[in-house]
Amino acid sequence: MTMDCCESRTSPAATRRALLLGGASFAAWAYLPKFARAADGRDPRLIVIILRGALDGLATVAPVGDPDYAGLHGSIALAPDGPHAAILLDSFFALHPSMPEFSRMYKEKHAAVVHAVATPYRDRSHFDGQDVLESGFAGPGRVQSGWLNRALEALPRGERVMSGAVSALAVGPTAPLVLRGAAPTVGWAPVTLPNAADDTAMRLVELYKHRDPALAAALSQGLQLDKIAQGDDMKPKPNTNAIGAMRLVARGAAKLMAADDGPRIAALAFDGWDTHANEGGPVGRLAQLLSGLDGALADFESGLGAHWRDTVVVVATEFGRTARINGTAGTDHGTGTVALLAGGAVKGGRVISDWPGLKPANLFEARDLAPTTDLRAVLKGVLHDHLGLSERALAETVFPDSAMVRPVKGLVG
Amino acid sequence: MARDPQAALVALNRFGFGARGGSSGDFVNAASDPRGFVKAELSRPNGALLEASGLLPTAALGQAMFDYQAQVRAQRELGAPKAKPDAGMADTQARMMERAGEAVQNAASESVMAGNAVAMAPRVAPAVGTASPPPNPQPLNVIQKTYRAEALARIQRASIVECGFVERLVVFWSNHFCISAGKGEPTRIWAGSFEREAIRPYVLGRFGDMLKAVEQHPAMLFFLDNQQSLGPDSRAGQNRKRGLNENLAREIMELHTLGVGGGYSQEDVTTLARIITGWSFAGREGRLGTPGSFVFNANAHQPGPQRLLGKSYENTGVTQGEAALADIARHPSTAKFIAAKFARHFVADDPPPALVARLEGVFRKTDGDLKALSLALLDADEAWQAPLSKMRTPYEYLIATGRLLARIPDDPGRALSSLNVLGQPLWTPSGPNGFADTNAAWAAPEGMKLRLDIAAQTASRIADSVDPRDLLEVVAADAASTETRRTIERGESRQQALALLLMSPEFQRR
Repeated sequence: MTMDCCESRTSPAATRRALLLGGASFAAWAYLPKFARAADGRDPRLIVIILRGALDGLATVAPVGDPDYAGLHGSIALAPDGPHAAILLDSFFALHPSMPEFSRMYKEKHAAVVHAVATPYRDRSHFDGQDVLESGFAGPGRVQSGWLNRALEALPRGERVMSGAVSALAVGPTAPLVLRGAAPTVGWAPVTLPNAADDTAMRLVELYKHRDPALAAALSQGLQLDKIAQGDDMKPKPNTNAIGAMRLVARGAAKLMAADDGPRIAALAFDGWDTHANEGGPVGRLAQLLSGLDGALADFESGLGAHWRDTVVVVATEFGRTARINGTAGTDHGTGTVALLAGGAVKGGRVISDWPGLKPANLFEARDLAPTTDLRAVLKGVLHDHLGLSERALAETVFPDSAMVRPVKGLVG
Repeated sequence: MARDPQAALVALNRFGFGARGGSSGDFVNAASDPRGFVKAELSRPNGALLEASGLLPTAALGQAMFDYQAQVRAQRELGAPKAKPDAGMADTQARMMERAGEAVQNAASESVMAGNAVAMAPRVAPAVGTASPPPNPQPLNVIQKTYRAEALARIQRASIVECGFVERLVVFWSNHFCISAGKGEPTRIWAGSFEREAIRPYVLGRFGDMLKAVEQHPAMLFFLDNQQSLGPDSRAGQNRKRGLNENLAREIMELHTLGVGGGYSQEDVTTLARIITGWSFAGREGRLGTPGSFVFNANAHQPGPQRLLGKSYENTGVTQGEAALADIARHPSTAKFIAAKFARHFVADDPPPALVARLEGVFRKTDGDLKALSLALLDADEAWQAPLSKMRTPYEYLIATGRLLARIPDDPGRALSSLNVLGQPLWTPSGPNGFADTNAAWAAPEGMKLRLDIAAQTASRIADSVDPRDLLEVVAADAASTETRRTIERGESRQQALALLLMSPEFQRR
């Protein structure tokens, strides 16, 4: 039986806000790092993009030089020639054809790929996998704070971003776990509703201060951020799909982050990567999602302007997918996958990989791309080289009990 | 029992959908016998069913969808620019559905509006301004019409019932076993019938029965791809060179029953996937059965016995999977997982462990009797004494607003738009784990600001006809805090005072 399932996610009256909450979110550190405005210092920006649902790394950056790849990925395998040819990154790996912007950055040596990478998590639950990816702990069940938030705590804290923002800040799921924790954060998403009157809002904040401090904090922050982010290009546009949502969030986030007193460190989460059925090859469902991601990266580049030079974007996902396609032209939950780096500060133009091979004996549990690089090593490398975090802080508080996972050096510079 | 205003808030808000406006007397009734007020609904036979003329069964909806899809294809092949949504079979169905909505609404308005002080005001649905109506609305197709008719029937039911505990149970279980209308046309047209057929009949029945109904429902089979999964050694698998898709099998164990860490392995996931190969629904041609109904396709079923969670299941066809599900429903991990989730939903993000343990025991002892589970919750002192710390979800907030203002919507558009805005689009969670059930999710900064904007919108349309001070009596009476009372009394306008009431902790927390 064939089923056409391409209807838009929500009703025709769906607002962009709904799509954003359903498909993409943004949150940032509420402070500037102390070194941000030092006269001669660098002013680094770091953006972490979490792809929820488990990205198929073998479909994003295909090992076209591996003799077993085409057989395993079957009908959805990419090929370096023919129509919709994948873009060769080197003699072995080829990039999905729906990512021309990333390919350009790669050629300009401002984008890199880390392949056969995974968090320490080895089971296949999305939700636990995301918790491990974002918490920075070696196993699931630790969801109080995320590694990026703990990294912020280790940074010297400068002024608050976006002058006038409130002090106590509560954060919901619009802040991904990776950025949740003790270090204050701010979140933002564009809306289409007319605002309630300021006076009404202030009275309510006053009532909450007396009766419900948690709600007072949440509402104050929500009011503050919405004001800051309003701008002409944030007017509602109808018929925005999940791909458009990624780009809209990226554009809004870039605009906030480009401001002189804007956030320097932020996290985004994009949903929808769980491609169990009809994943598609060079065209199709995953191709569309990747083109949204590619566009979002380009939006960060253009939106950040001169600051792009000092920017690193890290794209990571909870785990990979099965090396062999399943019975429904898709892939099930797997292990090893890719992480992507982009930005002017990235020492790019290379695929970093200790390639495990795709022979049956080389697959993890005879089904998944075997991970040969710990994702934490990549993240530690970026935090060390880009933000100057000490190896000790990285090994003890940011990624607890990870001393044996050495940072990958030279990713940034 | 002595009058207990604090317990009335618990009865109305923690367990129900909030006090109804007008002369319902809900607060007084709840204050005089809080437990009795909530429990009354449980003894009503078939009280959870939602049957309105014109709300069609899943198979009939499937047929309407197949017809519509065929029409669209035919039009496309003829080179016509766009299929007319209202033609032929689909049209008939759509009109029936519209009538269904009206019928429910009329009955509903009479039962609530009678003797209601607010009844004279023009009826307006609660919600957002700019999002609806769209400027040049396209005519809706049968799928969109069905989704809206089902949504309307559900919202109207929640708006009129007395306490709303049973409807809250429906929402809880529907979210536990969620599908997403965003997956495609089948889940959109079946979102309502899935809930009516696989959830509602069992919310006061047995968990194992609900599990079976859910996993065999075409909406779930489509949502988690099982209709595409073929036993690798089955005839269909061999012929078509396709095979397993373990999506449904994994979520059955991880999200529906045992919970992650519930004692199953990757091998168990794959095994369960093999066991339920062939669980599908009949397509347009109806080769396997009535189009749009559950079918067991023996041709797609993996042959041979299977060993799952340490137990062997002979290949007995569809009953192989049914036996496996029955055992999974009785697994101790399932009792533990369900008890914790149930308590977390109603009582607190971190519910009292003693309460969870008691619920777990009841679930096990009664073999998953969900009425017994509900009664155990209502009988537990912890469930009444825990502070009202949880936020209403957006759906609960909007329904409670409609109830307070005695507005029974006759069109679901505003409510659906508001739910989209607030991040809880109806029957459309972003993943198979459903909508979040914690304060972190719903008391977030963006969400709070949007709630306020929606409260202000609602108030600007409605407040002229109400006195917010009277409504505070309806909501909380003497359980209202001095600060809330003063804030409302000092509002600069009725509009402002009503918006503040709708946003007060007494209205938002449960």
